[in-house]
Amino acid sequence: MCLAIPMKILKIEGDKAVVSSSGVRRNIGISFMKNIKPGDYVIVHAGFAIEKLDPVKAEETLKLLEEII
Amino acid sequence: MKYIDEFRNLDIAKKISRLINKEAEGLEPVKFMEVCGTHTMAVERFGIRKTLPENIHLISGPGCPVCVTPKNYIDKAIALTTLEDVIVFSFGDMLKVPGSNSNLLKQKSKVRMVYSALDAVEFAEKNPDKRIVFLGIGFETTAPTVGASIKYAKKKRLKNFFVYSGHKIMPPAMKLLAKDELINIKGFLCPAHVSAIIGLRPYFEISEKYGMACVIAGFEPLDILQSILMLIRQVKLKNPKVENQYNRVVKTSGNKEALRLIDEVFSVKDSEWRGIGNIKKSGLGLSKRYAEFDVEKNIELPEVKTKIDKGCICGSVLKGIKIPADCRLFSKKCNPENPQGACMVSSEGTCAAYYRYKL
Amino acid sequence: MGEGIQYIKMKQITLSHGSGGKLMHDLVKDLFLKNLDNPFLAKLGDAAVIKFKGRKLAYTTDSFVVKPLFFSGGDIGKLAICGTVNDLAVSGAMPEYLSCAMIVEDGFSYDDLEKITQSLKTACKYAGVRIVTGDFKVVEKGSADGIFINTSGVGEVFENADMAISRIRPGDKIVISGTIGDHASAMLLAREELKFKARISSDCSPLNNLVSSIICKDIKFMRDPTRGGLATTLNEISLTSGYNIAIEEANIPIKKSVRTLCEILGFDPLYMANEGKLIAIVSQDAAANVLLKMRRHALGKDARIIGEVKKEKDKKVYLKTQSGGSRILDMMTGEQLPRIC
Repeated sequence: MCLAIPMKILKIEGDKAVVSSSGVRRNIGISFMKNIKPGDYVIVHAGFAIEKLDPVKAEETLKLLEEII
Repeated sequence: MKYIDEFRNLDIAKKISRLINKEAEGLEPVKFMEVCGTHTMAVERFGIRKTLPENIHLISGPGCPVCVTPKNYIDKAIALTTLEDVIVFSFGDMLKVPGSNSNLLKQKSKVRMVYSALDAVEFAEKNPDKRIVFLGIGFETTAPTVGASIKYAKKKRLKNFFVYSGHKIMPPAMKLLAKDELINIKGFLCPAHVSAIIGLRPYFEISEKYGMACVIAGFEPLDILQSILMLIRQVKLKNPKVENQYNRVVKTSGNKEALRLIDEVFSVKDSEWRGIGNIKKSGLGLSKRYAEFDVEKNIELPEVKTKIDKGCICGSVLKGIKIPADCRLFSKKCNPENPQGACMVSSEGTCAAYYRYKL
Repeated sequence: MGEGIQYIKMKQITLSHGSGGKLMHDLVKDLFLKNLDNPFLAKLGDAAVIKFKGRKLAYTTDSFVVKPLFFSGGDIGKLAICGTVNDLAVSGAMPEYLSCAMIVEDGFSYDDLEKITQSLKTACKYAGVRIVTGDFKVVEKGSADGIFINTSGVGEVFENADMAISRIRPGDKIVISGTIGDHASAMLLAREELKFKARISSDCSPLNNLVSSIICKDIKFMRDPTRGGLATTLNEISLTSGYNIAIEEANIPIKKSVRTLCEILGFDPLYMANEGKLIAIVSQDAAANVLLKMRRHALGKDARIIGEVKKEKDKKVYLKTQSGGSRILDMMTGEQLPRIC
């Protein structure tokens, strides 16, 4: 199955969005995502956004990991 | 790649590994199982097993949806391609899975690969003279994407788009594995993106009823290592529960919209898992409301005779009872160039992962 | 059925036999070499080196069946010239004369044929070679997929070229001339069925001028990692030389966009075809110098030393991963993508 990676939303047009990661772009469906806007990172799987990535929680997790002695 | 590279930091990985080794000291040997194809690949790719202490065993379960698709499904899908105006659309992974006599890739222009079910619907829209059958394979991560595509087809009133649903859901299989004393696992690395859809709730019963330590793990090496640490701590404290390591993506309630979509377009049914057998209420078929898109209700599937696998022990591998090296076909008769079973063909299959990253 | 270990009697040729991986290697060995054996062919080099009246000539042939015909960074015409030019270049020769034979399907667009011919012209000019003989056939619709092109080429081996796999020794460095996976990624995008967009172009380029600027006796061997990618080429070298090869993932140049596309689709860039890159096995002391010279050339600006030849002789290629682990790189198995060259 094609994997899922975080991609940044560039623009939203109705039920679809253009996402990008390191210059790779695609049109994807966002019909089961609420409250997303350009600039958000979403997890993209099989041509759809399946969830939003929370940058605050991502930072917290990284910080926690960095502090492991 | 943002939000990926940071979670592959080598120095931090080494630190977590050291901590895992320290905290596991003195523990009775314990087995954890991962049930996500992406976890299988990541564990092999980043050599995570080698960093674990002797008493911590991480085994691979049936996390690859392609691998657990019954051979009969493949045979029927191939048979569909023989119908004159039918074109079968599928995710890439399915194309080389061996059926009884052939595979989908060999059906050439009667089979098209897509990255998204929506691409198949859009093709159907542009080609009304053809009947398009999409092979719906995948767990709860993929089902809503196929559901949304079916809804789009309904909106556009398409009469030539159908789905052959082979979708399955994870928790019933996990329950079966948790119960199995032969396998004897103490906890699960819960799938990352399936959990993004279903949330934490489905794992509560598995944890409470069977005493399973459960940690929802992201799929980068730091996520997996941190999650293993969390599992070890749960076992040490004799306090199995459900924890969410991947909270930057997974919400406790999951993705409610996606769950509503699955509920609307699909209905739960019993399902056959290749190598494991029938698991009650573990599959998704199209709901009555969307029966017009159900291939089994609209196209007469040709008769097929499915041959049984000889020598292939994918079933045991999928349950984590055996490892690929235990299979007498592994790497000899069965390899990525000439796969005998689904575990070798799918890029997320346990045997393929072992073969690709073996050391 | 009498299957031996690692060998299954094939009744049919399949797509996997053409992908440049293990199956094709076995086929070449077990069918072609077995029947057509001679000292030139047995070397299985990118080109054959023949002595002709005191001069050393390199001679090679290649067929191009790429689909689609047109892609970002080139087309089948450009590929047909560069492919043959490069086989000669990595054999240490300056390509001069090419032949070009086409098989075209009934109904093929004249405009497309013209475009392809213009590409042949441009590529020849850029590489400094001439097509001196050719052939043209048309077959019934369905008997060829649009157009197939075969080119063969001949050129004189450089005076100071002394390349042979047998010269490879432990400690020799492995230098790559630039980023991997560009061509295969461009082909993936050109197929459009996956609907991704990215500014990735095929790296299809003639390497003869780059080679001429670096050629010296310290270069023991060169090859261009086309079908099967870097991993397959390194395996070929390891198998024939007998020595292990170790490379470091962190040193392998790859464009961010290529890496991301591969990550999304689950492809391994180490197995993806390149059409404008070469690998050189260089003696330890001269490696830094060869690298410098490579980087001065437009086609070598991303060149890196990626690994070295080891003294162990298991004939394996090892990759030290960025996460600190180690992994064996097998020859490519199966095919990641059909018809990308």
